[in-house]
Amino acid sequence: MHDLILAIMSKYNYWIYIVLLMIGLYAMMVKKNLVKKIIGMNILQTAIILFYISVSAKKDGTLPIIIHGPHAGHHPVRAADYINPLPHVLMLTAIVVAVATLGVALALAIKVYQQYGTLDEDEIHTRIRK
Amino acid sequence: MEIITSIKPFLAVLVSSLAVLGIIACKRPNIRETWTLGAAVLKLLIVASMLPAVLRGAEIEYTLMQVLPGVAIRFRVDAFGMLFALVASSLWIITSIYSIGYMRSLKEHSQTRYFCFFALSLSATIGVAFSANLLTLYLFYEMLSLATYPLVTHHQDAQARSSGRKYLLYIVGSSIGLVLPAMVITYHLTGTLSFAGGGIMAQAASPTLLTILFFLFLFGFAKAAVMPMHSWLPAAMVAPTPVSALLHAVAVVKVGVFCVVRVITKVFGSDCFGGLHLSPVVCFVASVTIIAASFIALSQDGLKRRLAFSTIGQLSYIILGVALLSPLGMTGGMLHIAMHAFGKITLFFCAGAIFVATGRKNISEMAGIGKRMPITMAAFFIGAMSVIGLPPCGGFISKWYLVLGALEADQIPMLIVLLTSSLLNAAYFLPIVYKAFFCSPEKSLFENKVEEAPLWCLVPLCFTAIASFALFFFPQPFLTLAKIAVKSITGGP
Amino acid sequence: MSQQFPALIIIVPLLAAFFIFTVSWINRKLCFPIAVLSLAISLVSAMGLLGMVLSNGPVEYRMGGWPPPWGIPYYVDYLNALVLVVVYAVALINLLACRQSVRREFPDKIGSFFTLYVLFVTGLGGMVVTGDAFNLYVLLEIASLTGYALIGMGKGDAALSSLNYIFMGTIGASFYLLGIGYLYLVTGSLNIADIASILPGVYDSKVVLVAFIFCITGLFLKMAFFPLHGWLPNAYTNAPSAAISLIAPLTTKVMIYVMIRIVLYLFTPSFSFGALHVGSVLVWLSAGAIVMGSLLALGQKSLKRMLAYIIVAEVGYMTGGLWLGNTEGITGAILHLVNDAAMTLCVFLAAGTLMFKIKPSVAGELQLDDLAGSFTKMPYTMAAFVMGALSIIGVPPFCGFFSKWYLLSGAVTAGHYEFLAALLFSSLVNVVLFFRIIEIGYYGKPGHRAESGHSIAHMDEAPLDMLIPLLLVAAGLLAMGFYTDDIVTHVIRFAIPAGIV
Repeated sequence: MHDLILAIMSKYNYWIYIVLLMIGLYAMMVKKNLVKKIIGMNILQTAIILFYISVSAKKDGTLPIIIHGPHAGHHPVRAADYINPLPHVLMLTAIVVAVATLGVALALAIKVYQQYGTLDEDEIHTRIRK
Repeated sequence: MEIITSIKPFLAVLVSSLAVLGIIACKRPNIRETWTLGAAVLKLLIVASMLPAVLRGAEIEYTLMQVLPGVAIRFRVDAFGMLFALVASSLWIITSIYSIGYMRSLKEHSQTRYFCFFALSLSATIGVAFSANLLTLYLFYEMLSLATYPLVTHHQDAQARSSGRKYLLYIVGSSIGLVLPAMVITYHLTGTLSFAGGGIMAQAASPTLLTILFFLFLFGFAKAAVMPMHSWLPAAMVAPTPVSALLHAVAVVKVGVFCVVRVITKVFGSDCFGGLHLSPVVCFVASVTIIAASFIALSQDGLKRRLAFSTIGQLSYIILGVALLSPLGMTGGMLHIAMHAFGKITLFFCAGAIFVATGRKNISEMAGIGKRMPITMAAFFIGAMSVIGLPPCGGFISKWYLVLGALEADQIPMLIVLLTSSLLNAAYFLPIVYKAFFCSPEKSLFENKVEEAPLWCLVPLCFTAIASFALFFFPQPFLTLAKIAVKSITGGP
Repeated sequence: MSQQFPALIIIVPLLAAFFIFTVSWINRKLCFPIAVLSLAISLVSAMGLLGMVLSNGPVEYRMGGWPPPWGIPYYVDYLNALVLVVVYAVALINLLACRQSVRREFPDKIGSFFTLYVLFVTGLGGMVVTGDAFNLYVLLEIASLTGYALIGMGKGDAALSSLNYIFMGTIGASFYLLGIGYLYLVTGSLNIADIASILPGVYDSKVVLVAFIFCITGLFLKMAFFPLHGWLPNAYTNAPSAAISLIAPLTTKVMIYVMIRIVLYLFTPSFSFGALHVGSVLVWLSAGAIVMGSLLALGQKSLKRMLAYIIVAEVGYMTGGLWLGNTEGITGAILHLVNDAAMTLCVFLAAGTLMFKIKPSVAGELQLDDLAGSFTKMPYTMAAFVMGALSIIGVPPFCGFFSKWYLLSGAVTAGHYEFLAALLFSSLVNVVLFFRIIEIGYYGKPGHRAESGHSIAHMDEAPLDMLIPLLLVAAGLLAMGFYTDDIVTHVIRFAIPAGIV
């Protein structure tokens, strides 16, 4: 039990993102309302984004901006002082992708609503069968 | 062994495919027919031009393209292939003339489509005859199956539809389901698919696997109509008679047997085949087919159906002959391809002529028809004699060799099978002729006046009947070709 | 100029897409020519690249001049170059054929359609040419999003089907992203070649295993590998004809290309086949996919839905071929990738042409029974359809036979006879499926007797600009069949990395 708590506490960031991932998947699969599914999809993508970001954090690391001043360029940069900027950059792209997906999904959901008058999946299937 | 490289085999195959373009483009029926006949004559000329070289003992090769590692689309003209190709191309000319007469008399629809696919089928047949390896063989075998489908289902009615389905199911189903895996496994075991004199399978795998492979091939080439893969043939009799005549008495079924013989002689080779003790088994399977088919033929009233079952039996003669593994037997089997072709096509032509002239299809309706169509029935008689194997018709020679082959191989049961089936053949053919000519005037369903089928139909059937007769006296070049082929297989004198 | 080919391939269509969109406000007639021009340039670049690779070996192009592993390289080797040519050729031919169909189906959205079309092709091309794993994700999503939008433009249930596709597709892409994240954790790099060199040190790590599982599962979702195929039939049936003849031949094939790239070049064969032992299981699953895809196709009455299930079976072919793990199997998979793109294009173009001319009985979906008598009405279209059908069945000398041969050969070598049986079963089912259609087309109205000879009077063939690309593709199937050996010995043989038996 003690080991388990230790394991969770030491890697709490991973646990958080897994829980979020599962919530997102659950929403996408189980919920009937299309918008709720879309929200679930967004949660899923956010969980992954958080994962990457959490990977970049370092203990006592500061923002990865090198100040150009009179002392700049004279000292070598110690990577351990700065948090890893690459995952942040990657996730900027991923956020854009997520937003774009959200946009397309919502546009399609509007179209579905215009066609069937409802956003409930079960309702839609009943109307299709008619 | 002299090997000549020449584009002629490929040209022989190509001639009729190119003629298709001409056939499609023509608006006037007469010009269209000229394309067909022209291509047929040209094909025969090309094939015949290669005959002297083959008779000398040479082989003509042509490689089209390599498509798999170690395997190319390649043509090779050897004695056996030449025998088959000569039969097919010469009979195409005659059948085309007959078709013209038949289709025009009945005012059939879609004649362009008919002649197109007929030409394609002949391309495929010659392609099979001249294949140098299993892949090329398979390619043209499939092409033949697909090209003959529109011919079989020509009438486009419900019966044609169900027969077409049966045709496809048996022929394409077996070639994809049985032959293809057998080919892949053969390639895997031996690294090649080429036909070689002594077979390529020697010591390639365990006897069990080789036996399984052989039976996959035997039943996979369902065109050979070995029982139980024979049901498509009677069903395919819904086709117009010229189709039945050439394709199902000569081309399609002979392609099947040709492939089986190639597998026995050039893929497995007589040593391997004998070593696996397949000879008695295959002889048994062939005998069952022969006897069963002959009995079923006795019970058929439809003339074409009776002929179909007769064909099933006759095809297994060929397989039997080759499976005996004795040189005389093999010669007989190969020669029978030619003899049976001429005899059977005469019989089908007669059946078609009867239908055109009187609209009758059943034997029970043909009592006394000899009075009305004496020439036709006389030709029928000659054709029947050839198929039964009575002198002085060509069929006697091939049956003679088969009998000698059975004796040479010490297979007395096979001898009995051969003689029994000859008797059965007589039993289902001769009554037709007898009833046609010698029935009393009260029983006759026809008047006395002579009213034959149109000339376009009559001339071809007379021609083939005379040919069946003449082959008895002049079995060359078929006999020589068969002998050369057997020599290359057995390596004997 | 030829130095810039790898960049041109992506940049020209990308810029053209935006250009098309702006131009569509001014003059709608210009959209089509711009699209054709941009794809033509890309196709020429792709062919040029293939030529360069064939003569000099793999080409590396550094975006912005940054050296890897910091920069994003576009790495074109034998596998890439071949697939690139296929992608752009299919896209261009389809574009030429779909003009009239687009004008009829959405006359007011021409600009949007062509923009999405060109962007979609950009995404696919980028996925194929890139050498960076994350860049692949970005382009994957570009292609996917435009694909969703293209599918959603159709009639009937298109919006709902596309929405379902979004859900499953996003899960797939997200899993792939997660897998790449794990790999980044362990190796610190995103460059495919770089990761491949670092990974051998960490094969035992569970992180790598999880990364593999996530990547492959994500790709399985995207390529509609049974049983993760649920989105495909609906999405492909309801999409507009012009879009589906682009999406169907390419999407699943490019996803399979990505899988091949990852399995063979990222996680190298020593990991994928040596350290892991999932090969056999995946071959069994592929056999199952083939069988189920074929069986499900049998029950369909709608032409496009039947073709969609055939695609599910074809995905099984390629996945199984890869996971057989021997040279013949992988050759078969890659060759089938190329061949299947062409065959699928042929049958979907034919289906689109048929839909253009024939009024379907069920709204939006062409039923099989609607095709009665189509051999007389549209002989050339049906002839091309038959050629595509024969290629899918696997009749020589069409290309489909040869890729099937390699797959069968690989199955025998690996001893996976269930895969052999599944392949043969699927061929036989395909015979039934296509001959059912041929029968319906052939028999027309029962008892109908046309005049002797031609029935040109009854012919109502499709317009020439739809027919010519279709016939071109059909002829291409034959040509590709004859030149199989050239393709295999000169290209595919080098695409398989060392380490495969």
